[in-house]
Amino acid sequence: MSEASPAIPRVRPARRRMGAIERRNLRLGLLFISPWLFGFLVLGIFPILYTFYLSLTRYSGLREPILIGAANYQRMVADPLFWKAASNTLFYTALAVPIGVVVAMALALAMNQKLREVAVYRAIFYLPSILPVFAISFIFVVFLNPGYGLLSYALSTVGLQSPNWLGDPSYTIPSLVMIAQLGAGAYALIFLAGLKGIPVELYESASIDGAGPLRKFFSITLPLMTPVILYDLIIGLSLALQVFTPAYILTGGGERAAGPDNSLLTFVFFIYRQAFQFGQMGYAAAVSVVLFVISLIIAGIVFRWARGWVYYESVR
Amino acid sequence: MTGMNATQPITRSLTRRKGWLGRLFSRSILPRVVAIAFAILFIVPFYWMLISSVKSPQEGTRVPPTLIPETWVWQNFSDAVSFIPFSLFALNSAIITLGITIGAVLSNTVIAYGFSRIDWPGRDKVFYVCLATIFLPYPVILVALFDIFGKLPAFGIQGSNSWVNTFLPLIVPAFFGNPFYIFLIRQFMLTIPRELSDAARVDGASEFQTFWKVILPLTKPAVTVVGIFAAVAAWNEFLLPLLYLHEQTKYPLAVGLAFFTSEHDVSYNLLMAAATLVVLPVVVIFLLAQRFFIEGVTVGGVKG
Repeated sequence: MSEASPAIPRVRPARRRMGAIERRNLRLGLLFISPWLFGFLVLGIFPILYTFYLSLTRYSGLREPILIGAANYQRMVADPLFWKAASNTLFYTALAVPIGVVVAMALALAMNQKLREVAVYRAIFYLPSILPVFAISFIFVVFLNPGYGLLSYALSTVGLQSPNWLGDPSYTIPSLVMIAQLGAGAYALIFLAGLKGIPVELYESASIDGAGPLRKFFSITLPLMTPVILYDLIIGLSLALQVFTPAYILTGGGERAAGPDNSLLTFVFFIYRQAFQFGQMGYAAAVSVVLFVISLIIAGIVFRWARGWVYYESVR
Repeated sequence: MTGMNATQPITRSLTRRKGWLGRLFSRSILPRVVAIAFAILFIVPFYWMLISSVKSPQEGTRVPPTLIPETWVWQNFSDAVSFIPFSLFALNSAIITLGITIGAVLSNTVIAYGFSRIDWPGRDKVFYVCLATIFLPYPVILVALFDIFGKLPAFGIQGSNSWVNTFLPLIVPAFFGNPFYIFLIRQFMLTIPRELSDAARVDGASEFQTFWKVILPLTKPAVTVVGIFAAVAAWNEFLLPLLYLHEQTKYPLAVGLAFFTSEHDVSYNLLMAAATLVVLPVVVIFLLAQRFFIEGVTVGGVKG
């Protein structure tokens, strides 16, 4: 960070116009970042504005868009499938994100033990997180089958009746949550880096004061990990609100209903169907705007809430 | 023994007070049990994929299922490759992955250089804007981007008039950088001493020569990480090829397998054999480059 701060030029007394070197640097700097700048404006800012515009039109993608005011938004409010998609996505997010944080923390703690074979665990936990989600979803279609699937068999050996994971509308979202946990290894590695950064002296002095392992976890580990947990929460929320691929694969894709009782219809699935199967680009754009606003609101709430519990070393 | 104790004085004497049983419990038994339990949970779905891929169709649908195949039908793999147009899908996946990887490596190194090795006014503020875009939910602009790419002329590339139904909307955006990859390389470039650049400038090197001949060779580890991440992400991508590609002959594996299984009656053993073949390259890359994966994730997370 210290190298990044342009301290030296600022110290100079006169703040006249930029010197020749500064001007040269500005030109060169902008030249080097120009690919990003172009992408940011043309593939980021402009599409966002264009989405807002399209959300106010009727547009099939073929003829010119026709401005229809807020009609798409009115239609959304009255559309039961939109509410279904919203509640499915929020239900999934509310389950997958907290469970994901807990699983990632547990994996990180396991990887932080002084065990000789710890590199093996690290590889086993991390590897599934980089495997293609579509392939993992195919595996789960088979794995969760109530007849020949392994999970129902495993549950039956301990005397439990397996639910019809992909056939019963109240178990499809939990199935998605299960699939998402195979990605926890990537977050666990980030947590592990945080765990390794906690000074050993803290644990040693806590031991001298007679603190047990639980007390140490809740009084030292957890508070010092809060910045990393916040990072995980924000990324996790953003990704959970965008969930699409496993839902699409579990429903068998295509034109059929999105799972039993549309229980796998997520926000992005809904946008996908409206825009690319039904040719309702304007309506899909309006739903995109709503997803954008919801994402911003949720991130804002989490950031504000985090002020109460995130511990920053510099405050000390 | 006494010599070893001297190297770790405090912790040793503290744990010793608990007695050897308690130490055994807290030091390795309990953590090991938890770690092994998690490891089993993480392995089981892939074990299931592997054994399902070598079962015969009759054995595959038997209730209760067999945990170890009675007959090992290796032919499932060759059947999967010949029944599903697997090699065509794999070729498309490879082309798209290669294009995206080249784009990511070229663009992100240049951009990261501009954000780390040149001092220009406002640089860090612009970089924070760049970082903030990590949090933008990408699907929000899907509809608009699709419409934009649909209006760009492709001049008959892959037999299409517009960019839609070509690989272009998948590959070209990779040439404009990705905030996460820029961050990774920038953090690495910041650790290279400034004197190296100064020396090159004194010797009369242009900024681009300094980038190309001095900084880039030293940044190889970070660039490798970005190349690997970009390649794996490209191989795994599902939504974008699903949107942009409309002919089976252009599908990568992700969309090809989903489409083929929804259109044809594929026995699930063949599907699992195909899934194994899809997963395999990623596993091989991971085993070869494990160090890079671990480092890459860690740099991205620590001061996030």
